[in-house]
Amino acid sequence: MDLMTNLMPAGAEIFMLVMACVILIADLLIKQSGRLVTYLLVQLTLLGCSLITVGTHENGVVYAFHNMFVDDLMSDVLKLLTYLAISMMLIYSRQYLTVRGLFSGEFMVLALFATLGMMVMISANHFLTLYLGLEVLSLSLYAMVALQRDSAVATEAAMKYFILGALASGLLLYGMSMLYGATGSLELGAVSSAIKSGAADKDLLVFGLVFVVSGLAFKLGVVPFHMWVPDVYHGAPTAMTMLIGSAPKLAAFAFVSRILVEGLQPLVQHWSGMLIILAIASMALGNITAIAQTNLKRMFAYSTIAHMGFMLLGLLSGGIEGYGAAMFYTVIYALMSLGAFGMIMLLSREGFEADTLNDFKGLNQRSPWLAFMMLLLMFSMAGVPPTVGFYAKFSVLNAVVQAGHIWLAVVAVLFSLIGAFYYLRIVKLMYFDAPESHAPIDIGSDSAFLLSVNGLGVLLLGLLPGTLMSVCAVSVQQSLLLH
Amino acid sequence: MIFGLPVISVAIWLPIIFGILVLATGDDKNAPLARILALVGSTLGFLVTIPLYTGFVRDTSEMQFVELHDWIARFNIHYHLGVDGISVLFILLTAFFTPLVVLAGWQVIEKRVAQYMASFLIMSGIMIGVFAALDSILFYVFWEAMLIPMFLIIGIWGGKNRVYAAVKFFLYTLLGSLLMLVALIYLYNQSGGSFAILDFHKVELPMTAQILIFIAFFFAFAVKVPMFPVHTWLPDAHVEAPTGGSVVLAAIMLKVGAYGFLRFSMPITPDASHQLSGVMIALSLIAVVYIGLVALMQTDMKKLVAYSSISHMGFVTLGFFIFNAYGMEGALLQMISHGFVSGALFLCIGVLYDRMHSRNIADYGGVANTMPVFAAFFMLFAMANVGLPGTSGFVGEFMVVLGAVKVNFWYAFAAATTLIFGAAYTLWMYKRVIFGAVANHHVAELTDLTLREKVIFAILAVTVLGMGLYPLPFSEIMHVSVNDLLVHVARSKLPL
Repeated sequence: MDLMTNLMPAGAEIFMLVMACVILIADLLIKQSGRLVTYLLVQLTLLGCSLITVGTHENGVVYAFHNMFVDDLMSDVLKLLTYLAISMMLIYSRQYLTVRGLFSGEFMVLALFATLGMMVMISANHFLTLYLGLEVLSLSLYAMVALQRDSAVATEAAMKYFILGALASGLLLYGMSMLYGATGSLELGAVSSAIKSGAADKDLLVFGLVFVVSGLAFKLGVVPFHMWVPDVYHGAPTAMTMLIGSAPKLAAFAFVSRILVEGLQPLVQHWSGMLIILAIASMALGNITAIAQTNLKRMFAYSTIAHMGFMLLGLLSGGIEGYGAAMFYTVIYALMSLGAFGMIMLLSREGFEADTLNDFKGLNQRSPWLAFMMLLLMFSMAGVPPTVGFYAKFSVLNAVVQAGHIWLAVVAVLFSLIGAFYYLRIVKLMYFDAPESHAPIDIGSDSAFLLSVNGLGVLLLGLLPGTLMSVCAVSVQQSLLLH
Repeated sequence: MIFGLPVISVAIWLPIIFGILVLATGDDKNAPLARILALVGSTLGFLVTIPLYTGFVRDTSEMQFVELHDWIARFNIHYHLGVDGISVLFILLTAFFTPLVVLAGWQVIEKRVAQYMASFLIMSGIMIGVFAALDSILFYVFWEAMLIPMFLIIGIWGGKNRVYAAVKFFLYTLLGSLLMLVALIYLYNQSGGSFAILDFHKVELPMTAQILIFIAFFFAFAVKVPMFPVHTWLPDAHVEAPTGGSVVLAAIMLKVGAYGFLRFSMPITPDASHQLSGVMIALSLIAVVYIGLVALMQTDMKKLVAYSSISHMGFVTLGFFIFNAYGMEGALLQMISHGFVSGALFLCIGVLYDRMHSRNIADYGGVANTMPVFAAFFMLFAMANVGLPGTSGFVGEFMVVLGAVKVNFWYAFAAATTLIFGAAYTLWMYKRVIFGAVANHHVAELTDLTLREKVIFAILAVTVLGMGLYPLPFSEIMHVSVNDLLVHVARSKLPL
């Protein structure tokens, strides 16, 4: 009985792990033609996880496994959004993968394991759990990128991703070991109080902090640790790019905020300075370099770098405003990113990737509805109201101004102006140019429907952003700011 | 209230809903339906704004027709709408022009008719929102949203260089807006957590903060007005935009910038406004004189009228920053008159362009011989642009000059030169296009105005003459609000 209550907070993770294993075995018995069964099982698993997450929700913060695991409002919200993002990813990519012969059991099981990794990251309260979640996620992603094994670029991308990812994990572990040496604990709360007590060696702590921040920066893909992002985004099959670019950002937000805010809050004046540099460099390099790209996936890779820089601004501003804004920004970014990559996949056909700018030329004449959805997504990424991207930027800027960094807000808006240019260029290509190809757009009805929901969602959330904003603010308030 | 619904909300959302309906008619097979739907929507859109004029209480500067609902509770942002004497006329002006623009594009626009008509309807609703918003974030949302349809209008239906013009237009205006956003957020934090514009009016601010906020607002509004030296997007955008786009740009979108000065810059940062009024007056006078000279040299009719717009808007900003009732009321009247006149001039050029596909003055000559009715209307609007007494153009300019004399004779002197330059470039263009012998066989083949065009021009001609001969209905409605604003601006907001 006692064991059961202790396991309850991790119910969704356990269910996910069991189902991933079950599906892995069940899939062996299913022929390629029946792969849809696996697909439906995966979707049901995600649904089941959401039900369990909602069902096991308890008010307040619940710790489990000797404080290695935490179940709080933020983790529940982020997990639900993660399931949603993964489920959307699967719907978007079903046809794309089928056409390319990648719609296999491995893909789906790896997606589930990646989800499990994210869930553990989101709920971790201990350096080891954090690291465990991160590695489960990363290893699944490495394998997924390499799944298209006869493609040279995909293999190259996987290699780069793996090597740089391993390096980043190394940096992170090294930093964690120093923090452990200085504070004598791996548990976030204990680390925090050890630092607060003043007993820990300051120099050692800051030294460790530098490595931890570098490792986190690697994983987030912010400048100057961003080199893997464009290559991986470009090289991986678009479905995997979509996976990398959406849900893991939610987990990364939880990961970064748990380490920096829950664990290392007493060192805030050290890490916020580092984040300022990372954020400005990311916004500058991301936005400026994106202009020069002709490949859409590369362009979105640089745009991700810029967006993550913007998100860091919220994080470094601190307080309920700052963390709430960063969380809101991440959620919105994941939503927009899903839509944008979904569009690339919708326009792709057998043996053809619609991932260059020219593929979007004259889309308004080929399909006005899809063009309109993409228009909404692009204006949202650029942060133009009435789309929700504006409120994401708005809440971060508000946090930055409230923290007294008005100059930083000005810098941020100037870089988003530069960013607006390349999003605008896509709108320009879709609406102002004549199409290069008149091939009919053959899209599955499920993904087209999802894209419409996604695009209109960006607009509707933009008209009524209040609820989601409040959810984010309340979750960080009940989770991060308790200490 | 219209059928139990609040007037302003109806004025905003009715055209937008019709815009969506028009979009739903789909491709060009259903173009006639799209046109009719757009005309019905825009006409209804104008009719529903009339209660704003008739029901307006003249003797108060309080906001009227106020609607206040929670919108984003987390940041204390409200769906807060209302009008005072300053904004009410612009709402009518906006709604007034939409049916005209729809009519002007009736036959000319052949590709993607539904999208064209819908863009104008949606934009009309959004622009009314800009004038009616009393919550600064609501204002900002409308303000930015306005860019999207205009960007598409210029880029899809514009001339040869349309893409360049559209992108330039968008980025220029976005730059200003983003800085304004930072200023709004700063004010939110200073005002103790309110985004209401009227609360911003009360916030005490030290001089440095006022000047920085003024500059941020300046970028946003000056780009839209446009003031020298951030005016360079306007000639490009005007020249490349389709006729309807030029009309909306000149008649309404430029006014949004000037309106911003009155609603934000001056009442929120009165001390900085006084401090920097010299700069503002200098920039205004440069616009009036220098841009007037630039207009003289244009060979493209649309460019000429575009530069003339900048020059006339210089008058408006001059009127604002001399801080007296004549100047400000004159400037407001000038804004309204310029809306009618520049809109009409762009429509005139559109009429010629539809027939000849050229905007070059040199390609014309002797148009009066083949299009006498058109020549008469064009004459009236050209005279109004010059500011001939009896036309609407005279009233505003005269009042601004009168106001300027009270402050400094030389301001008035420089401003008054526009009456000479304006006459020179407008009438010279008119002479070269309309008078003389028939220049070439294209001109000889021109046909005079159709009934549809006659209706458009007749409506505008009546308005221009009416406002020139009897401006009282326009000025009395703004009187109290203008005086109240001047009183407010005269009071220092520096913390003691």
